[in-house]
Amino acid sequence: MSTDTLEKPTTEMVKMNGMQAINAALVEAMEADPKVILLGEDVADREGGGVIGVTRGLSTKFGDLRVRSTPIAEQAIVGAAIGAAMAGYKPIAEIMLMNFTTVAMDMIVNHAAKLRFMSGGQSQVPMVIRTLTGAGNQTAGQHADFYEAWFCHTAGIKVVIPWTPADFKGLYLSAIQDPDPVMIIESGKTLFVPMDTPANQGPIPIGKAQVVTEGTDLTIVSYGQMMFTVMQAVEELTKAGVSVEVINLRTISPWDKETVLASAEKTGRLLVVHEAGRNFGPGAEIAATAQEALFGKLKAPVGRLGAPYCSVPFAKKLEDAFLVQPPEIVAEAQKLVAFG
Amino acid sequence: MSQTLTNRASPDAATQLDIYRRMVRIERNDEFTRAQIRQGRITAPYYSARGQEAIPSAISSLLNDDDKICTIYRGIHDMVAKNMPLRPLWAEISGRVDGTCKGKGGPMHLTHPETGVMVTTGIVGSSMPIANGFGWAALLDGSKQVTVAYFGDGASNIGAFHEALNLAGVWKLPVIFVCQNNGFAEHTRYENGTAVDQISKRAIGYGMPGYTVDGNDPIDVYAHAHAAIERARAGEGPTLLECKTFRFFGHVFGDDDKYMNPGEKDAAREFDPLPRFRQKLIDDGIATEEQLEQLKAEIEAEVKDAIEFAQSCEYPSVDELRRDVFAEEIPA
Repeated sequence: MSTDTLEKPTTEMVKMNGMQAINAALVEAMEADPKVILLGEDVADREGGGVIGVTRGLSTKFGDLRVRSTPIAEQAIVGAAIGAAMAGYKPIAEIMLMNFTTVAMDMIVNHAAKLRFMSGGQSQVPMVIRTLTGAGNQTAGQHADFYEAWFCHTAGIKVVIPWTPADFKGLYLSAIQDPDPVMIIESGKTLFVPMDTPANQGPIPIGKAQVVTEGTDLTIVSYGQMMFTVMQAVEELTKAGVSVEVINLRTISPWDKETVLASAEKTGRLLVVHEAGRNFGPGAEIAATAQEALFGKLKAPVGRLGAPYCSVPFAKKLEDAFLVQPPEIVAEAQKLVAFG
Repeated sequence: MSQTLTNRASPDAATQLDIYRRMVRIERNDEFTRAQIRQGRITAPYYSARGQEAIPSAISSLLNDDDKICTIYRGIHDMVAKNMPLRPLWAEISGRVDGTCKGKGGPMHLTHPETGVMVTTGIVGSSMPIANGFGWAALLDGSKQVTVAYFGDGASNIGAFHEALNLAGVWKLPVIFVCQNNGFAEHTRYENGTAVDQISKRAIGYGMPGYTVDGNDPIDVYAHAHAAIERARAGEGPTLLECKTFRFFGHVFGDDDKYMNPGEKDAAREFDPLPRFRQKLIDDGIATEEQLEQLKAEIEAEVKDAIEFAQSCEYPSVDELRRDVFAEEIPA
């Protein structure tokens, strides 16, 4: 699979995975800007440099005051990040798993996202919340949810879900320097799969999608680890003679309407695939926007694939059924293509 | 155990007068606010802090402009004590574009960084976790700046209190946690919602000193705040101050007092901090009756000017709905 079709490498490519890309982005950002600071559970080297080692080496390199392990106290973590951000720092707060953001919802939703507006622009909260999630590892109902729609629904916070290591590097560099709060959702598999990545990958703008493959019959929009599933399905579809334009959305809010709508208008068919629940998921917003903008120009109803209306299950058989699988994408795509 | 302070600092005469000036400014501002609400000129929920003036006044007399406060919806007294100018304050609570938050925050969410009023939250308990961030920033800056987190007795029962005080204790942050214990969490009496007789006793669980203070006595508040602020500036960490007081206008202005015991409020009025401190200043020869009347008149003039100013200001344009969501304006 080509993961960087439209990235234009200006330099040598190196194999790295998402974890390494995040670490590289953090090192680069912290070296360039002494205001970049980091906090979260176990993030310092004394505690192992993060639950899966993403922040390894940072406290040793930048000191324990800039890279601080915290108690298991998500409100305290996000609250401290908000205050430090308002005082001129650029904190990166790690909430170990996305389900744990529920414990910090007041700080994220009522404060980080709203203080700029509520203060008439006096308060700035330039912080990053990084959090890990995703089904597929049998972690069941409280360790694997995609709750991006909640935060997309909250005015004042940007929501980013990278796929490739290049995405991670580039989107982190942008998010850290963004003047507003940005949540970066790291989905399991994207952290571990090595891919060719430009050695000097620079910032990737927030709010811009990536057209991964160009096509003429159907546009598929996805993001995060679901992109791997989509790319498997696209291989099948290509063999079957369906020309698919794949869009890696990268930023879920504010999302790149221009790129998605232009592509859907071109192909006449749009399918949104995400791991989050299908009901009230980001796919619903994208589909509604597409039908508003392209009513009469689409050749088929907008398709949406996402998780069923239940908690993430434990048993492997159930978890496999819970996650959108390549055959479902192929079937849905074929249905849309056959529509008209 | 709640602790007893040794080495009590006392405010000198000029400082006592300064504290009194802040208290009168709060009291006059509150009186005029309630009058404006009664007259229908301001349409907003208002959480009067009448009765709690001594606490932020004594504390603010020890703070610099660049020291920060994070306060709560019952917090206008904390802001006025921190010398927030009254014109933008009144324009804000009147919902005008010249308000400190352009009319987008209102009385529960005033912000004024120039005087260190950083966050005013409408969520019980949420001033404390954010105050820690300012404390961390001060450590990173290597400054001697301190941050005061104000909150009520009810907020000491929410999780944010525990998380924030524990983190501040572990990180030895230069934050002073000031609980203004007015005896009621909304309509629930202290003892029906709080399992311990003194909130200051909880400090032991966070590795910091905790004091129960007479919040109606500015001299007692000053002594304890002095110790807490010195400790924070010296890098020794946070302190919990529980300042016991009373609120004379209920939870939200317009409440009835049915949840109070008969006569309770009248009994509390005997400890109203303002007349008592006024008499002390006169008895101690710090000020004369005439000087204090003059001070009151000056402050009333300032409040009236602010009200007139606010009423002359425009309401915000609806374009403001697209501004300040992000740094970049949202396209129309």
